[in-house]
Amino acid sequence: MDAVPADDTALLVDFYRTMLLVRRFEEKVGQMYGMGLIGGFCHLYIGQEAVVVGMDAAIRADDAVITSYRCHAHALVRGVPPAAIMAELTGRGTGISKGKGGSMHMFDIARGFYGGHGIVGAQVPLGAGIAFAQKYQKRDNVTLVFFGEGAANQGQVYETFNMASLWSLPAIFVIENNQYAMGTAIGRAKAGTELCHRGEAFGIRGIQVDGMDVVAVHEASRELVARVRDGEGPMLVEMQTYRYRGHSMSDPVKYRTRDEVQKVRERQDPIEQLRVRLIEGGAVDDAALKAIDRDVKKTVAEAAEHAQTSPEPDISELMTDIMLDAAGRNA
Amino acid sequence: MVEMTVRQALRDAMAEEMRRDERVFLIGEEVAEYQGAYKVSQGLLEEFGAGRVIDTPITEHGFAGLAIGAAMAGLRPINEFMTFNFAMQAMDQIINSAAKTLYMSGGKVECPIVLRGPNGAAARVAAQHSQDFASWFGHVPGLKVIAPWSATDAKGLLKAAVRDPNPVIFLENEILYGASFDVSDVDVVLEIGKATIERSGRDVTIVGYSITVSRALEAASMLAEDGVEAEVINLRTIRPLDVTTIVASLARTNRLVVVEEGWSFAGVGAEVIAAVCDGGFDHLDAPPARVSAADAPLPYAASLEQAALPRADQIVRAVRDVCYV
Ligand SMILES: Cc1ncc(C[n+]2csc(CCOP(=O)(O)OP(=O)(O)O)c2C)c(N)n1
Ligand SMILES: [Mg+2]
Repeated sequence: MDAVPADDTALLVDFYRTMLLVRRFEEKVGQMYGMGLIGGFCHLYIGQEAVVVGMDAAIRADDAVITSYRCHAHALVRGVPPAAIMAELTGRGTGISKGKGGSMHMFDIARGFYGGHGIVGAQVPLGAGIAFAQKYQKRDNVTLVFFGEGAANQGQVYETFNMASLWSLPAIFVIENNQYAMGTAIGRAKAGTELCHRGEAFGIRGIQVDGMDVVAVHEASRELVARVRDGEGPMLVEMQTYRYRGHSMSDPVKYRTRDEVQKVRERQDPIEQLRVRLIEGGAVDDAALKAIDRDVKKTVAEAAEHAQTSPEPDISELMTDIMLDAAGRNA
Repeated sequence: MVEMTVRQALRDAMAEEMRRDERVFLIGEEVAEYQGAYKVSQGLLEEFGAGRVIDTPITEHGFAGLAIGAAMAGLRPINEFMTFNFAMQAMDQIINSAAKTLYMSGGKVECPIVLRGPNGAAARVAAQHSQDFASWFGHVPGLKVIAPWSATDAKGLLKAAVRDPNPVIFLENEILYGASFDVSDVDVVLEIGKATIERSGRDVTIVGYSITVSRALEAASMLAEDGVEAEVINLRTIRPLDVTTIVASLARTNRLVVVEEGWSFAGVGAEVIAAVCDGGFDHLDAPPARVSAADAPLPYAASLEQAALPRADQIVRAVRDVCYV
């Protein structure tokens, strides 16, 4: 697989735009949560943007993605309209799940996005099932199965590795190692080898990638995707990343120092790294990036406006989407 | 009319549905080469090949999750649990993923899967291998729960379950696998959610499901000798519950006994009686009664096991109580 040409400015600018969209979107979500417009558990993706953006650009529109509750960004990059995600967060009828799923449960199968799952690790066998269906139907698709380094301690992950390898499923298991599972730093929960080696007992090759560098993420992903699409069987990638905010909006973050967060922000921020790369390489000028900033802000502002002005779900929605009749309509 | 065992009926139902629809496949432990731990999938590997009849490792949480994911992605899995006792390891995937995702996705993600296998007590296999889970699954909106008794039930309801767009729990019974029944229409596809009257009678309604229908019919024969005519309803489906058929029967008999193999606390019997109180209270001439398993883990010793499970003589006793005779 070829490396991304350093002069593929269009692609890099696209990464910049999408990462910024995720960041500004999540910042807005945080604000709106603070204002009481969003309720419940709400997990922001700020800091981890390069992972999802670099990986999504390596798959096709008809491939599949599944992840945990930290899912706003995964939905955004798959092309779910920001307004539909934001309206889901405010619990409105125009939300992507009609306001019935909330922050943790967003789905858009037409765009290959299978959610949005609240039980730590549960999306891993589900994702292998999607890959199983792709193979069963003899399609040349792949499934990206995202989960946290905390989820990597769940038994069902290893049950899945075993089956995925046994049946050579077209799945790429992506451990988003953001160093913490709620308040538990990785060192307090993980025994043995690096996470990227945890598939090896099942014959699943694993690599570790700097998940703060969108170009590194993308290059590694292109190779993984090509090999898995080619029928080599499942692979594992550990993305070394970091979340800047608390685990969820209710987390006071007492388990790490501000200094630790500050250092990552200063030295490794995925958006800033790419900005410097673009400017210093002379690919684009500051004005062009500022225009993107304005554009993204406008998109987010419109999504927020839509999410606050859309009507609440009709009360009749309480009892729909529970059972289908034989024709696939609400029973 | 053909005579057929429940085992054959289940096998034929799966084979016919797999012939009809390429998306249907069977997955579970020992379903392929071993032909099923209870030989329910006899011959399926030979006919459909290893791509559609899939032996799994012993990994219930994992393979149920995988099958549920495959259903969300457009396939129609039949997931066999060697017995439902082992489905407890997969409970999270069944409840949180299969049952709730249609709702949480605002109708976007469907999950047409059948989760089937033997449920309830077998013979002398003790507490961990002998539990009726009908009320556990019946509790959950988003699941259909079927508990067939006869070969007709098994055939007609399993075919309906495979065609159903919702997740369906299909609770079989190991002791009934070898039981033979006359099947009048081998092509039958039964409607899920409809009970059937296995024996008509005017004095009392006995409601059962799965193997307790056999017990209820035994009791009805014993009662007939004493001139008490019992009507026996086979629920066939636990959820949605066919309250209409039960209440219509009650309107004729005015007395009700519910028989279940599960424990009584928060059980199927409790639910049937609550539903009858809502929809048919005026028909009741006596407080309804339940015959359930003893409120203890199922013991191994033959004598204790027999004492723990619902028996015909207990049903007769309960009928006499509600009939005041
Ligand atoms: C089975 C289960 N156990 C516990 C929880 C509560 N919980 C939610 S997120 C979380 C931490 C998961 O951390 P990680 O997998 O690293 O993902 P991250 O949140 O860092 O993205 C916990 C313990 C849960 N939702 N599900
Ligand atoms: Mg984590």
